[in-house]
Amino acid sequence: MLLIYCPYCEEERSELEFRQAGDAHIARPTNMTEMSDEDFEAFFFLRDNIKGLTFERWRHLNGCGRFFNAARDTVSDKFLTTYKAGLPRPDVSTLRPATEATVETYEATESNAK
Amino acid sequence: MADLGADATGIVPATRTLPLAGFHGGSAAAVLSAAVPATRLSLRAGPDAVQALSGALGLSLPVQPKTSAFADGRHALWLGPDEWLVIDENEADLMAAVSASGALHSATDISHRNTAILVKGRSAAAAINGGCPQDLSLTAFPVGACSRTVLAKAEIVLLRTAEDAFRVECWRSFAPYVSGLLTEAAEDAGN
Ligand SMILES: [Zn+2]
Repeated sequence: MLLIYCPYCEEERSELEFRQAGDAHIARPTNMTEMSDEDFEAFFFLRDNIKGLTFERWRHLNGCGRFFNAARDTVSDKFLTTYKAGLPRPDVSTLRPATEATVETYEATESNAK
Repeated sequence: MADLGADATGIVPATRTLPLAGFHGGSAAAVLSAAVPATRLSLRAGPDAVQALSGALGLSLPVQPKTSAFADGRHALWLGPDEWLVIDENEADLMAAVSASGALHSATDISHRNTAILVKGRSAAAAINGGCPQDLSLTAFPVGACSRTVLAKAEIVLLRTAEDAFRVECWRSFAPYVSGLLTEAAEDAGN
């Protein structure tokens, strides 16, 4: 079972209590009525779907109910850190030990399987 | 027409049906019973209002995660940074209490939305862990600890009332599911 650290409950809790809630740090435009359709589309619909390190909103739905942000590796499913909503994106270089790289392929993931 | 117990005005008095009326079960190691009716409040408020609301409720609203307060049959459970579940086992009028606080808050009477199952015995934690992923050891979840969490597919609020006793609050429509699952888990937890 995956454990996720909730920055509001201040402890690790089972993934069963959480829901993913899309990308984090998407700035809401201040001039929405004056935007071009293309700019609005880019803000509202288009996401990068990154392979590797992503910043996401998560919600501790069946817990404290709060939204928070997480830095997560979409390949290994590893949570590198979580932090309260409204805080800036953490420095990527501090998130991962220098030796630890994203596992790039399914074969690489499974070759170590015992 | 059949006599439905109408009074002189022709009005038939309503009788309250509890969602788990008469329920009991479990095993010698984890005894299950339905909690008596209680009044309940879903309380939301910012940090500025905590002191006034605590005064109005006659207990200190907890501000630390996973903690609760208890005074005179009344529990206040921390659910989130600005959210509490208040339970009064004496069925006191909690809405009147908080509205007298004078502090900005949001309160919803959920006395009848929730019902509760009491789990007691040396395997009470094991029975709940049959569907709940939380660490219920006494170090991680001591007496007085509380949490909104899951019991298999249902959301519950868990409160440890003694080393070997828990109160499991669930929405009344989930009561058959939660009680059924706890019954199975209590049997698995041993005699
Ligand atoms: Zn939480």
